[in-house]
Amino acid sequence: MKKMKAVFFTMLAVAALSVFLIQSGVSAQQPADQAKKQQQPKQAAAKPLVQAPDTVTPAPKMAFFPCSQCHAAMPANKTERALAFHTEIALKHMPAGWCFNCHDEKNRDKLKLANGDLIDYNDSAKLCGQCHGATLKEWQDGVHGKRTGMWNGKKVYENCLTCHDQHQPAFKAIKPLPAPEKPEKIIYKNKK
Amino acid sequence: MIKKTRKHPAGINVDRRTFLKGAALGLAGIALPPAGADAGLLDDFFQKHFREMNDEEVRKVIDRLEKEYSKKYSKDIKVKATKPMENVMFGYGLDIGRCIGCRRCVYACVEENNQSRDPQIHWISVLKMKKGSNLVDLNNSDKYYQPDQVPEPGYFYLPVQCQQCEDPPCVKVCPTKATWKDKDGIVVIDYNWCIGCRYCMAACPYGARRFNWGQPNIPADQINPNTHYLGNRPRPKGSVEKCTFCIQRTREGRYTACVEACPVGARKFGNLLDPNSEIRKAMEHFRVFRLKEDLNTRPQFFYFFGVKSNRPGGGK
Ligand code: HEC
Ligand code: HEC
Ligand code: HEC
Ligand code: HEC
Repeated sequence: MKKMKAVFFTMLAVAALSVFLIQSGVSAQQPADQAKKQQQPKQAAAKPLVQAPDTVTPAPKMAFFPCSQCHAAMPANKTERALAFHTEIALKHMPAGWCFNCHDEKNRDKLKLANGDLIDYNDSAKLCGQCHGATLKEWQDGVHGKRTGMWNGKKVYENCLTCHDQHQPAFKAIKPLPAPEKPEKIIYKNKK
Repeated sequence: MIKKTRKHPAGINVDRRTFLKGAALGLAGIALPPAGADAGLLDDFFQKHFREMNDEEVRKVIDRLEKEYSKKYSKDIKVKATKPMENVMFGYGLDIGRCIGCRRCVYACVEENNQSRDPQIHWISVLKMKKGSNLVDLNNSDKYYQPDQVPEPGYFYLPVQCQQCEDPPCVKVCPTKATWKDKDGIVVIDYNWCIGCRYCMAACPYGARRFNWGQPNIPADQINPNTHYLGNRPRPKGSVEKCTFCIQRTREGRYTACVEACPVGARKFGNLLDPNSEIRKAMEHFRVFRLKEDLNTRPQFFYFFGVKSNRPGGGK
């Protein structure tokens, strides 16, 4: 348990640190370092989630996109607070952490990885995979989540967000379809 | 050896027992369709065992059935006889740690496989069981649960369908060899050869077989026209049916309907001989068990409890 906690906090620390690094712009003193940093992330972001010809279903449609409609003109407010807008979002995910663990301050139309890479909303599995690495691997193996299409050919992977709400990822209870009819209720009208 | 017992053609009232008695006495003529019955019925009556027919003979039977069904449902209905693929042994996995008992699979199966709507037939039964209860005793479960929402705390759900046993007791008891295990592991039924004796239903330890007590009824607008001779083609009254791993889909490389319908991704399907298939990965990953292992039926349907160790917090 202790070890797990340690892992968890290290992870958060890494995430927080990278957020910090990006915010502070990785100051200009070390151009060589910076170039290296930018290269590495690009590779991570470019790595395909699934092997061609397989594909991933798109994330559910967002109510307001692009986010930059409003956010392009708004300075980011990094203070953790109750928002006057986006009030439908109640973050019930990680015990610590806030919007900018996943969203980018400058470009709200993209998601942000811990290493500063910006990724498309449809690639969100890469974001999730940073903290849920084992689950991402299982998903890629077809063990977690779902694949449709061909068992011996082209597969379509179900996006994490089809099943998990990014802000409240616990699976929600749903209504079951009707119970089968009890045998005594079934009438064989045409039984001769 | 295959006994040359014939099923009476659908629609003609020949008493089964009279027919069987007749056959036993070597007087099969007693049970012949009356003179003047149309040629299709006679063909049906004299149809060879499916596995003894050559491609040409199968084609003929299928043409006949396609005509019959297309007329009945006023739309083009295809009947295929796709053979098993080489180097394929199908296996199925179900994560009962994930299943929430929503029955999406049950109805996806009904629609895909043309199960009778009225009288109702479901190939999949989802059993609700108390957490901690014994999986050997499937009788101690409820399949008629109907709460507002699932999952209900304190319970787990165990969907049961044909387990496609490696050593299927149902096949052993069939007096007409109307059911057998094909090369890709699917236990199939030839509805034209089934005489409706229901021995197989008594023999099945999983209660997975269903009987058409009445004429099956499927509204024409709900029929799935993509069918297989040994699978989801319309069945005659008096025949036994069950899950075939969606033979009409899986023999063409597609996933089963229940796999695709499951909202939690609890259902896994694939080729047991392919180490990269999700069924193999799941079996390596999780603790796997089979129902009623002690009976030595060796199902090709595996259950597992996915471990929830992936939470960054270390699980609950
Ligand atoms: C209609 C305008 C509008 C759109 C479109 C919009 N937002 Fe916002 N958003 C706001 C406003 C206004 C606030 C500030 C609320 C407050 O300070 O209480 C805000 C705050 C936020 C914050 C909190 C941090 C901050 O800078 O204040 C995040 C994160 C955020 N929005 C993300 C998004 C994302 C992601 C999208 C696109 C999917 C989006 N927004 C689209 C208006 C918008
Ligand atoms: C775990 C990472 C994560 C965190 C933390 C997070 N978001 Fe998001 N958010 C996402 C992802 C991923 C999407 C994309 C959903 C999609 O593509 O359907 C998203 C979508 C959105 C949207 C658009 C949703 C819609 O349905 O229109 C808004 C607005 C938004 N986030 C705001 C916020 C705000 C505000 C916070 C902080 C309170 C926040 N997010 C925290 C990952 C996160
Ligand atoms: C910054 C790290 C981080 C990212 C990014 C992240 N998660 Fe999480 N996630 C967590 C933590 C921490 C928990 C809480 C673990 C716990 O409570 O045991 C969690 C819990 C979960 C749970 C279990 C929730 C429950 O209550 O049962 C799911 C499902 C989940 N995350 C899905 C996602 C998905 C999908 C994404 C991508 C959109 C994502 N996570 C991105 C850190 C993260
Ligand atoms: C087909 C639906 C589906 C898809 C797709 C899916 N999940 Fe899940 N996931 C589930 C269900 C169901 C659970 C169990 C949920 C619960 O107990 O709340 C779960 C649980 C989790 C958990 C909690 C740990 C665990 O194993 O129980 C994490 C983390 C998670 N999913 C992450 C992801 C990520 C990351 C992706 C995409 C790479 C993803 N999931 C895709 C259905 C899905």
